[in-house]
Amino acid sequence: MAPLTERMQDYLPLLITGLWRTVAVSLLALILATALGLVWAMLRTSRNVWLERPARFIVEFLRGIPILVVLFYIYFVMPEIGIDLSAFQAGVIGLALTYSCYIGETFRGGIEAVDRGQVEAAKSIGMRHGKMMRRIILPQAVRIALPPYGNNMVMLLKDSSQVSVISVAELTMQGKMLASSTFDNMTVFTMVAALYLCLTIPLNIVMRQVELKMGKSR
Amino acid sequence: MIRFENVHKSYGRHEVLKGIDAEVEKGQVVCLIGASGSGKSTLLRCVNGLEDYQAGGIFIDDRKVDAHAASIHDIRTRVAMVFQRFNLFPHMTALENVMEGPAQVLREDRKEVRARAEEHLRSVGLADKMDFYPSALSGGQQQRVAIARALAMRPEAILLDEPTSALDPEMVGEVLNVLRDLADAHMTMLIVTHEIQFAREVADRVFFLDSGRIAEQGTAEEVLARPKSERTQEFLRRVSHLL
Ligand SMILES: Nc1ncnc2c1ncn2[C@@H]1O[C@H](COP(=O)(O)OP(=O)(O)OP(=O)(O)O)[C@@H](O)[C@H]1O
Ligand SMILES: [Mg+2]
Repeated sequence: MAPLTERMQDYLPLLITGLWRTVAVSLLALILATALGLVWAMLRTSRNVWLERPARFIVEFLRGIPILVVLFYIYFVMPEIGIDLSAFQAGVIGLALTYSCYIGETFRGGIEAVDRGQVEAAKSIGMRHGKMMRRIILPQAVRIALPPYGNNMVMLLKDSSQVSVISVAELTMQGKMLASSTFDNMTVFTMVAALYLCLTIPLNIVMRQVELKMGKSR
Repeated sequence: MIRFENVHKSYGRHEVLKGIDAEVEKGQVVCLIGASGSGKSTLLRCVNGLEDYQAGGIFIDDRKVDAHAASIHDIRTRVAMVFQRFNLFPHMTALENVMEGPAQVLREDRKEVRARAEEHLRSVGLADKMDFYPSALSGGQQQRVAIARALAMRPEAILLDEPTSALDPEMVGEVLNVLRDLADAHMTMLIVTHEIQFAREVADRVFFLDSGRIAEQGTAEEVLARPKSERTQEFLRRVSHLL
């Protein structure tokens, strides 16, 4: 066998391609999941039961299904009803749907944790619901929801490895293929783990910094 | 200015207001006193529609207050409120708190709003705290910001629910002084308070609320110095122990 450093150099380009794909899947899924999560949170904190109930049903429903099944469903079942998706698209959508529920619940928790007195103060200066949400409630809810949201981000990044089951060539998939062709399991998977850490550790550090900064103006 | 006509309010089966008839006239300071649970906060909160009521009417200059009607937003811009626990917006500085209503709700010119907000903060003695966040202010300072926030709306009346009850004793005076100034300037105010001495000084009229009814009302002198109703006498005896 070639020396370790040489082998690592051989594997790196493939793994880096996978890493970028992981970043792309995660980032797109995060953006979609955040937007959709915000929608769930707004609906679930609405006073209108016709908005609240369906939203609650959808969220509970999605939360009760394993992410792998969601992915299989989107990738294999959708084409049968005429919606063709690439593995990449299916992966992003599956991840986004699943995580929109977690993120939505995180946001809802944040909104509900804002002191009732804030709603009354906002109403008392004549604010309407929408503006109150935008200017008073959400800015405070975001601060409260930020730490759990950061957790969601890291979890999503790690769970993006799940899309390898529908053959998206992200980091885990590339690792698996490399390992099975070289039988160099130890080196390959150590490198895969290290590359994930290269993403998750800085992410954690950034989140902590943001939390500290936000905490100051309270 | 604020008229109550046979106002009834219940929470479920529990009737909290049992037919309130009273009037707060323009430029008057009215103090609302009564035992805990007698319905003082509820009555106040009905005036700006934070609570609804089931029967009777509350009128602001002949406009009926309906918590569920679109008109409530407009009414709230005319009748400001100050809370026991201040309820300042924690993510905004003192100045931003005061500017929020006129700038965002009344959509007045930002520059003008800013100048006026600074003026209001000066008038409550906080010229040097404008850029502080609420968390960096004492309770008394926060309550004065809340009063400035109410004033910035240029309201026709202000509702105050126990504005000094959440304060440490040494800060009560600074807030009462601000309220005295407002009373001298003939700001219409309806104040729920346990500060009998203060009520005696500033109130044009006093309403004594007893389990959902106004048991006695009259000038401060009449109600506080020579109460006719036995309930009022008993209440005043009890709170005077605290003085
Ligand atoms: N949201 C609510 N749901 C049910 N009952 C309520 C609610 N708010 C107040 N009550 C009841 O209504 C009655 C009057 O309450 P209110 O807060 O108006 O009294 P208060 O005179 O302001 O008392 P305090 O001096 O303690 O502030 C009390 O018996 C209280 O338990
Ligand atoms: Mg009260």
